[in-house]
Amino acid sequence: MTIQPDSSPAFADFAHPERLVSTDWLAGQLGTPGLVVVESDEDVLLYETGHIEGAVKVDWHTELNDPVTRDYVDGEAFAALLSEKGIARDDTVVIYGDKNNWWAAYALWVFTLFGHADVRLLDGGRARWEAEGRPYTTALPARPRTEYPVIDRDDRTVRAFKDEVLAHLGKSMIDVRSPEEYSGERTHMPNYPEEGALRGGHIPGAKSVPWARAVAEDGTFKPRAELEKIYLDDAGLGANDEVIAYCRIGERSAHTWFVLTHLLGFDNVRNYDGSWTEWGSAVRVPIVRGTEPGLVPAL
Amino acid sequence: MSGALDEIREEFLAIEQRERLQLLLEFSNELPALPERYVDHPDLLERVEECQSPVFIFTEVDDDSRVHLHVTAPREAPTTRGFASILAQGLDGLRVDEVLAVPDDYPLTIGLTDAVSPLRLRGMTAMLGRIKRQVREKTAA
Repeated sequence: MTIQPDSSPAFADFAHPERLVSTDWLAGQLGTPGLVVVESDEDVLLYETGHIEGAVKVDWHTELNDPVTRDYVDGEAFAALLSEKGIARDDTVVIYGDKNNWWAAYALWVFTLFGHADVRLLDGGRARWEAEGRPYTTALPARPRTEYPVIDRDDRTVRAFKDEVLAHLGKSMIDVRSPEEYSGERTHMPNYPEEGALRGGHIPGAKSVPWARAVAEDGTFKPRAELEKIYLDDAGLGANDEVIAYCRIGERSAHTWFVLTHLLGFDNVRNYDGSWTEWGSAVRVPIVRGTEPGLVPAL
Repeated sequence: MSGALDEIREEFLAIEQRERLQLLLEFSNELPALPERYVDHPDLLERVEECQSPVFIFTEVDDDSRVHLHVTAPREAPTTRGFASILAQGLDGLRVDEVLAVPDDYPLTIGLTDAVSPLRLRGMTAMLGRIKRQVREKTAA
């Protein structure tokens, strides 16, 4: 690692405390060579209204997705993006964002697909930075271009596709959407179809744990003991389980992937980014409605 | 269709993608505050459920059958504020029939589909739909 981890006692209990930094730590490290701060928000204009000094913006919608195929950018496009942002392969990247780091965690997961080694989340994200009265600037950073290498995206380790989810039925699965989406009660509002799925419900056997349960009131992650109660005791997951997490398009479940992998130390968690927008519209895949995980059909 | 909405669309289409977000931010900053007389009347405001952020709208039809639109959207949601502001500026002062004649897909025609997620743009479409419904209800009596 290029830059020493944040050794705050608050993170010491987590499986990989080096994946989190506190606002205090970040404020003290700003400007350190080898550190790049990245903002990634749900609201794509928020960065422009003010951001942490020196932070570059990564737009999840226009920069991390392929513009045509439903997929992430490939190795060449990722290399071009990071070179343009002035991020080097061995830089320490700290990502933060709005809405409990929802999209920040998603960006971190995409960085992971490309094996960027040292990528961390700012615990509490924008909300905590603001609550502490820390400053923002609208000045755009001028980072010199880098030559980020072209890395093949690894789609096997932390990513799952629909066929793999089908083969995974009966093993641990976690649905991180709202209870209404899980039960199938809510597929769309009258007259206003949402980001589309044709059927409501959840993947058979998936347990419901809405993603934001991992977050405390102040926007930081809950302590390990509380997270273990939620994911191990209540949802019945085991740290050695193979787990697949999903939501609507894979963003909220990237947040849960971060919690299970980096905070609780699960070593085999994959994010199904096709998620409900794919599963809920696919032909002849099994679906369960209601509040129970339901039976896994023999296929 | 309304002149103001046409002009706004032309303004967006005349510039490049990156600048369009900047223009949307300018709209966001221009969203007028709720008039003083409505501040204490949360009952008048209708929540736009399709928007992920708390957005509320309220339309008025005056004695001359002109429509006035009031919207509140939080500072932390500049994209949504921008959409609301486009509608507020584009629709304000139009006649009822002009508002009802605005195409439902107007939000998809202002050159933002590549810059902003579909869900967001649907939020704007939903806002427009609710505005028209309110106008219809207020002129039905």
